[in-house]
Amino acid sequence: MTEGGFIEVDRVEKVFDVRRKTGFLRRERRQVRAVDSVSFTVARGEMVGYIGPNGAGKSTTVKMLTGILVPSGGRLRVAGIDPSRERTRLAHRIGVVFGQRTTLWWDLPLIDSYRLMHRMYRIPDARYRENLDRLVELLDLGALLDVPVRQLSLGQRMRGDIAAALLHDPEVLYLDEPTIGLDVISKAKVRGFLRELNAERGTTVLLTTHDLQDIEQLCSRVMVIDHGRIMYDGPLAGLHEVGESERTLVVDLERELPPIDAAPARVVRVEGPRQWLAFPAAESAAALVARVAAEYPLVDLSVREPDIEAVIAKMYADQAERVVS
Amino acid sequence: MRAGSLRLYAAVAAGGFRRYATYRAATAAGVFTNTVFGLILVYTYLALWDEKPHLGGYDQAQAVTYVWLGQALYSTLAIQGGGAEKELMGRIRTGEIAIDLYRPADLQLWWLASDLGRAVFQMLGRGVVPFVFGALFFPMALPNDVTTWVAFVVAVLLGMVVSFGIRHLAALSMFWLMDDRGVSQTLMVTGIFCSGMTLPLNAFPGAFGDIVRVLPWAAQIQMPADVLMGEAAPLGAYAFQAAWAVALLAAGRLVQSVATRRVVVQGG
Repeated sequence: MTEGGFIEVDRVEKVFDVRRKTGFLRRERRQVRAVDSVSFTVARGEMVGYIGPNGAGKSTTVKMLTGILVPSGGRLRVAGIDPSRERTRLAHRIGVVFGQRTTLWWDLPLIDSYRLMHRMYRIPDARYRENLDRLVELLDLGALLDVPVRQLSLGQRMRGDIAAALLHDPEVLYLDEPTIGLDVISKAKVRGFLRELNAERGTTVLLTTHDLQDIEQLCSRVMVIDHGRIMYDGPLAGLHEVGESERTLVVDLERELPPIDAAPARVVRVEGPRQWLAFPAAESAAALVARVAAEYPLVDLSVREPDIEAVIAKMYADQAERVVS
Repeated sequence: MRAGSLRLYAAVAAGGFRRYATYRAATAAGVFTNTVFGLILVYTYLALWDEKPHLGGYDQAQAVTYVWLGQALYSTLAIQGGGAEKELMGRIRTGEIAIDLYRPADLQLWWLASDLGRAVFQMLGRGVVPFVFGALFFPMALPNDVTTWVAFVVAVLLGMVVSFGIRHLAALSMFWLMDDRGVSQTLMVTGIFCSGMTLPLNAFPGAFGDIVRVLPWAAQIQMPADVLMGEAAPLGAYAFQAAWAVALLAAGRLVQSVATRRVVVQGG
């Protein structure tokens, strides 16, 4: 095993040739850099969020990590294996779940797809039975095993797909939008399961998603990609600093009063006796609360954490501004 | 191939069989359709053979046998398409093929196994009944010895592989094309015409006939029919079928490796 990470990505690029029709028979050739010199390492047992807008290069990265796309440049290793050279060998050690696509046999009962995985990954019989029992219990699939996949609801199918990806005990799991289109309860079930999987089995997880709650609830580390480049890589909390995000102190006063004066915090909204104060997310709320409590007739208060979605949107806006100016 | 691989592809074939077995109404409708088409063709052939006895070297009973055999093998060999290649085309077009590529399995063998499972189901579920119906109501030229029947089944199995080889190549074109309608229609027309669904290839005249009889489609209905009716030596037929099977599978493998290496897998 190479030193450093379980997943190693070193200045990896992927350039696509895109041909566009510009006339009756004329085609214009254009190069698109889907991934542009991306580097990161992921340690064994880490759970990392990989986020970015549509077309940012997330899926292209994952396809290179699984070996189905060959990088145009750079070096890439997963568990010490070069994915595109030894795709089949690597396949035994990874699991992949696509929220919008299924690996299950549409026309047949769920259990048939699992039996196929048993053969495909050459899982020893005893281990297969043990893993199946565990996954059926954790993902609540008992009643669904004999139901044809086409009759499953989206949430049920998703859980079915996750189980299919884990029957062979993969060391790393790639999840692409695992909670897309799911209701709140199904989302909670999927997230709870993933947390347990990571804690108990030490499975390395790389999660691409648009749902920032997935990241907030699962990942301690997050990587943000846009236009094929990593824009941020670090703890979730640090993302707020980079994005200069603000927390909000919501204050209920005894009566309607003019806006509270507590610079550097500023009042962003007033609604009767309730006022909203924005202050930098990195600063402690304690001093501000003490000051407001000392100077104003306070009834109640609460602190609201910033929304990552807003943070990232702000980061993109800043980036765009810099490009423009 | 190792035992583990054999078990995997056997499981895939079994899955292909059961997937088609799920749709009973479609199977019943197919049996009905093949029986009706068989009747129409039998009366057409009888009129034709009245006018031209021994056309293509067949007597009337052989011509009738050929018709019902064609109906029995029509869906088995997916003469007009509609087997595993249809699904493969869809998966390439939508990008779902990406999932298949993550698997530690050979893509071509996977689809071959799946299509063979389908073919065996179609033969038993859709082929046998129209054939038995034909045998009951029309005089047919059928062998009395088991050996010829076994030889016939082997020829059908080889025909299944050739049929897959043709359709697999057609499906792979989806890596370069955006729409399958042109390919599917070409597949249908060539399949029906060159396999001898309209007329036995023996009856095709002159140089045209000579060409059609050496194309891979000849391995599908013509060869098994001639083996069953004692018009062709089994070993010669097998050699012809096996040669095309190997050539088509090799070409498919080559195109597949080029396709999966060069072409962008569509969609996020």
